[in-house]
Amino acid sequence: MSQVSIRKIVKEYEGDVQAVKGIDLEIDDHEFVVLVGPSGCGKSTTLRMIAGLEEITSGEIWIDGDVVNDVPPKDRDIAMVFQNYALYPHMSVFENMAFGLKLRKLPKDEIKRRVDDAARMLDIEMLLDRKPKALSGGQRQRVAMGRAIVRNPKVFLFDEPLSNLDAKLRVQMRTEIKKVHQLVPTTTVYVTHDQVEAMTLADRVVVMNHGVIEQVGTPNDLYHSPATKFVAGFIGSPAMNFIPCQLEQAAGALRLRLSDKLSFPVPADRTARYTSHAGKAGLVLGLRPEHIAETRPHTEPNQHDFDMMIDVDEPMGMETLVYFTIAGAGICGRVNPNAGATAGQSMKLRADLSNMHLIDDGTGKVL
Amino acid sequence: MADGSTMVIGAGSAKASASRRVGSLKKLARRRSTTALLLCAPLIVLIVGLKVYPTFYAIFLSMLDRKMEHFVGLNNFVYLLNRPSFQLVIFQSCLFAITAVVMKATLGFILAHLMHNIRGKNQRIWRGLLLVPWVIPLSLSTLSWWWLFDPSYSAFNWTLNWFGFESIPFLGTTWNARIAVIVVNTWFGAPFFMIMYLAALKSVPEQLYEAAAIDGATAWQKLIYITLPMMRNIILITVLYSLIVTFADFDIVRILTNGGPQDSTHLFATYAFNVGIESGNIPRGASVSLFMFPILATLAFFVLRDVLKRSKEIST
Repeated sequence: MSQVSIRKIVKEYEGDVQAVKGIDLEIDDHEFVVLVGPSGCGKSTTLRMIAGLEEITSGEIWIDGDVVNDVPPKDRDIAMVFQNYALYPHMSVFENMAFGLKLRKLPKDEIKRRVDDAARMLDIEMLLDRKPKALSGGQRQRVAMGRAIVRNPKVFLFDEPLSNLDAKLRVQMRTEIKKVHQLVPTTTVYVTHDQVEAMTLADRVVVMNHGVIEQVGTPNDLYHSPATKFVAGFIGSPAMNFIPCQLEQAAGALRLRLSDKLSFPVPADRTARYTSHAGKAGLVLGLRPEHIAETRPHTEPNQHDFDMMIDVDEPMGMETLVYFTIAGAGICGRVNPNAGATAGQSMKLRADLSNMHLIDDGTGKVL
Repeated sequence: MADGSTMVIGAGSAKASASRRVGSLKKLARRRSTTALLLCAPLIVLIVGLKVYPTFYAIFLSMLDRKMEHFVGLNNFVYLLNRPSFQLVIFQSCLFAITAVVMKATLGFILAHLMHNIRGKNQRIWRGLLLVPWVIPLSLSTLSWWWLFDPSYSAFNWTLNWFGFESIPFLGTTWNARIAVIVVNTWFGAPFFMIMYLAALKSVPEQLYEAAAIDGATAWQKLIYITLPMMRNIILITVLYSLIVTFADFDIVRILTNGGPQDSTHLFATYAFNVGIESGNIPRGASVSLFMFPILATLAFFVLRDVLKRSKEIST
């Protein structure tokens, strides 16, 4: 039983700068929650407030049924993994991992047992006598995780733990973290700016921007049903295409007009939802790159072919990314590598509107 | 035509060998080690002239008799060791240096922590103010202290009298005088420790303290397990440096007590001056001044070896 509950917390720095503007979040026992957002969105500040390293300006943080606003970090029963590991350079790996247990006056053999168990789980048994200086980045990361695991705390906090590793190691450690959470299912709050990390690790993702929560949901929720333009653009790589458009009503049918020459009928199941927005200014069509592909012989409902001049083609091996322009907006599509996409030549593409999003650019909300 | 061409060739080869000589000079000048040596030369000359030569000359002098005519080996040292007055100098030098260094280091450590916790502009102001004792020429500030310690007219005794206490002869009795010179040395030297420790404190990553806070460390435990080990090298080096400088102190004792009362506050340097210059026994003065050298050199060797080992271990 270790739920974390964040209620209307605000963090204000000197000079009335609000880093976190009154957010609410309920984190369940055993849940892996990832806070994600661009730098300066308040995600790290939120994590540090949970840890007790930053004072809370207003609001409440509850851990396991108690308000912890005024509880010092050492009494919150949490463990934290820092971005640059924060290993004690003058202690060996064993001493680093045992430090928290030693301060809590656990018996020596119990400390040894716990450190050995964690070391075995993280595959760092042979490094226990070394000093942090003699370790590689990935090994230091494991030790930092080991230091958190041995404590057996109520909550794990991770502050961008993989951002100092190279790309390959990052992917590997990501899997490790997920594995560890499956073995030790402690409630976890994880901060990252990398949406792929967020998607792959989280039970639920919390997208933050400018000190507020944009959306909370499972990775698939966020990907398929973003609530705002920010979330739509932030989650997914390559990012969702945003194409300025008009919603035209003619003879009882709705059409999306992207340019003078290009318009598509709105899918039938969305007509009712969108009708009231017909003729409104500042609408944007959101369409993910995978919903723009090469044309195929067989057509499903809501798929529409159109011809486009390809500006740039980027072969990725399993797919080719094509870039083109509609009414000044740069668009990316993902086509089959054998579809013959060539820069400077026209190509027949197919837009699948069953997964389209209509966005009000003024409010940033997905309609 | 054939002659002409021979001449030309001959002249050419002469030129070539000259230019080769210039070329090799250029090459020598261009070699990095040569440049480095040239740039260091003024400093090397200074060190040899002002340190190395006097040291060896002092060693040479210390083995002569009073008239500086006969070689007497280590007799001067043996004689000194058997003299109670010199045994007192050894005791007082050690008492003075060790107590003063411990007090300076402790006070500097506390001040550095206080400074470290003052945020923003105020820290600069306090730092500047606290550095003042270290910046004033020592002989001038010692003169002021001498005034403060004066038995009849001093501010200290005046204050004591005002509160109804008797005057204290600060420089008049053995232990009062010993404490007085230590106090002045501490007052003068603590700012140096403060500034060094403040720099060391600032270089300890904040995240180590955060990690320790989360690991459950109290403020005291953070000091013992994080701050002290991280500052260990700076502490060792400053203590070693200060120990050497304090053992060699001259100004304070010379001005404040001139070795008195009854030669009880003499240090190696003031005693060497007293014996060598004032009493005219230069060889014996030289042997006094050389006395601490082997002990301090051994200490320095071990401390620096440890520092080197530790800094290799910790640096990332």
